Amino acid sequence: MIGDIFEILLTAGFWAATIRIVSPLILGTLGELICERAGVLNLGIEGIMTMGAMAGWMWVFQGGDLWGGIVFAAFIGALFGLFHASFTVYLGLSQHVTGIGITLFASSLSYYVFRMLLPDATTPPKIVPFQPYAIPGLSDIPVIGEALFSQTPLTYLALLSVPAVWYVLERTPLGLAVRMAGENPVAVESQGIDVLAVRTGAVMVGSAFMAIGGAFITMSAFDAFYFGMINGRGWICVALVIFASWRPGKALLGALLFAGLDALQVRAQQLAGAQIPYQFFLMAPYVLSIAAMVVMSRRASYPKALLVPFRRGDRV
Amino acid sequence: MRIETRQEVALWRVLLAPPLAVLAALVLGAGLIIWAGEPVLASYFALLKGSLGSSFALNETLTRSTPLIFTGLAAAVAFRAKFYNIGAEGQLYCGALAATFFGTGLISLPPVLMVPFLMLVGAMAGGAILIVPVLLKTHMKVDEVVTTLLLNFVILLLAGYLLEGPWKDPMSLGWPQAAPIIDEGIWPPLLAKGRLHLGFIFALVAALLAWALMRFTVWGYEIRAVGLNASAAGFAGIGVNATVIRTALISGGLAGLAGVSEVAGLKGYLTLDLSPGFGYAGIAVAMLAQLHPLGVILSAFFISAVYVGADAMSRSTDIPTYIADVLVGLSVLTILVSVMLTRYRIRWS
Repeated sequence: MIGDIFEILLTAGFWAATIRIVSPLILGTLGELICERAGVLNLGIEGIMTMGAMAGWMWVFQGGDLWGGIVFAAFIGALFGLFHASFTVYLGLSQHVTGIGITLFASSLSYYVFRMLLPDATTPPKIVPFQPYAIPGLSDIPVIGEALFSQTPLTYLALLSVPAVWYVLERTPLGLAVRMAGENPVAVESQGIDVLAVRTGAVMVGSAFMAIGGAFITMSAFDAFYFGMINGRGWICVALVIFASWRPGKALLGALLFAGLDALQVRAQQLAGAQIPYQFFLMAPYVLSIAAMVVMSRRASYPKALLVPFRRGDRV
Repeated sequence: MRIETRQEVALWRVLLAPPLAVLAALVLGAGLIIWAGEPVLASYFALLKGSLGSSFALNETLTRSTPLIFTGLAAAVAFRAKFYNIGAEGQLYCGALAATFFGTGLISLPPVLMVPFLMLVGAMAGGAILIVPVLLKTHMKVDEVVTTLLLNFVILLLAGYLLEGPWKDPMSLGWPQAAPIIDEGIWPPLLAKGRLHLGFIFALVAALLAWALMRFTVWGYEIRAVGLNASAAGFAGIGVNATVIRTALISGGLAGLAGVSEVAGLKGYLTLDLSPGFGYAGIAVAMLAQLHPLGVILSAFFISAVYVGADAMSRSTDIPTYIADVLVGLSVLTILVSVMLTRYRIRWS
């Protein structure tokens, strides 16, 4: 058994699957991370990912091109981000309840819109999704080439967004403003920067990331939109942010570890045959996410002003 | 724009907040009805007629409000202590699993004992599954929202395994469903016609007890104090962790009862589609009730009416039945604003 698992780890197919699984998780996790670094917990993620999955897919199904679909999904995501921020940032309402409300609203609205536009679809209609693009030269490297450099463009986008988000957050004045808005908003205000605007911007950008993560699932991993297809991925992303201690690099590592175990789980399921019921393998991602939060909870240094609404003129 | 605290919270504003929130949700939802090319008022009238217009419809609305009262109470009690239990869906299935385990022949008691026994084990199962998230929160500061949400998926898979494997009823013609609850454990119907069952009375009693608990007991006082300001409650000598754990167990127990009610009261056996999201809708119920246990009865009735009425409405119009979920989601958001306006005023400057 151990030998079999070891053998799986050496196949390019396993690593390619890991990279495929990790892509939407990276996008969702980065999106949540950007929101939380600015001090706003965004539990709308599950619904925003569903919305992104539906919106991007629908754009292509109605005749639009693939990248147009991604831009459209991002736009819709940002719109829901603005919705979230006007409640949590400007009105200072409960971030927990607003997020759950956004998730309930956005998921059911996605289904409603899908049914409105395709009232008679019994089997989910399909689109031509993103095709793998082998990067010349690099894709010829054994194992790594197939795993890392023969993916769809959306995967490359997901992987490249990790250093991009890291750079903006850690190395630019804008990123400093975002991080300070999540740590010490009063200090940001004293610099003449509008905390509410910074937080709103961060939530909108983060929500756009989430929506692209959702769109990956209908436009790259699969080619159709199903009901309930996000299936808790958004919540897993929230757990991954905690696991990553709110750092983009660690988020990539955590998501990779998670996706690797998920890819392994699928293959181990085939090995185990009927000995272990498949449901127990499917439980693994959710149990792992809880375990990941527990492992990192001792060291978690969460943004100081997370969940704390900012009101101008309030004394601390 | 400035947000100012009101000097006094007027009772009429508090009472007016839920109807206003509902109205706002209906107005926003009207956009979707117009999009479907249906007349708004006539459609909403069809919804009203489908949920309250006949004794059959009313019976169905009360039947569906039963699990919603339980899950609404589960959320209301927990949120009062700022323990965000979003796992009522999973806890509901835990209660249903426990009722199925003990109620399908393992133990046989006379009905007067069997019915309360199944409620007890169901409530205990619902509470038990919350022990892990609540201890992680109190002792390791792990956020309970994510853990309770993730456990929903785990429990549903566990139920799927049991119903497709060891618990599958051989008489079920291949459907993944468990053996029926024995006659002694079945909750009798309340009326000669319709599906309304004893569970509705139990739900009303649970709401009364929850209200009494929150209003008149030390436990209730501690729950409210911890929710308002945990560190101040701690300084005042209240055991904050103990209170949060107790709250979680009560909340999980209430959600577990929803599962028992659906299995022993409505269906008679456990299926995988036992709950179409009662756990999540319970959050909307609790928020619309402003976390007041007696208000939960009214708001559960309203949410149930939306679901039952939307089914009827979508049969007679081109409006997809998902309109119900949209309205429920919207009302969570609109009630947040309308409750805020009872305590604050917005000045545009």
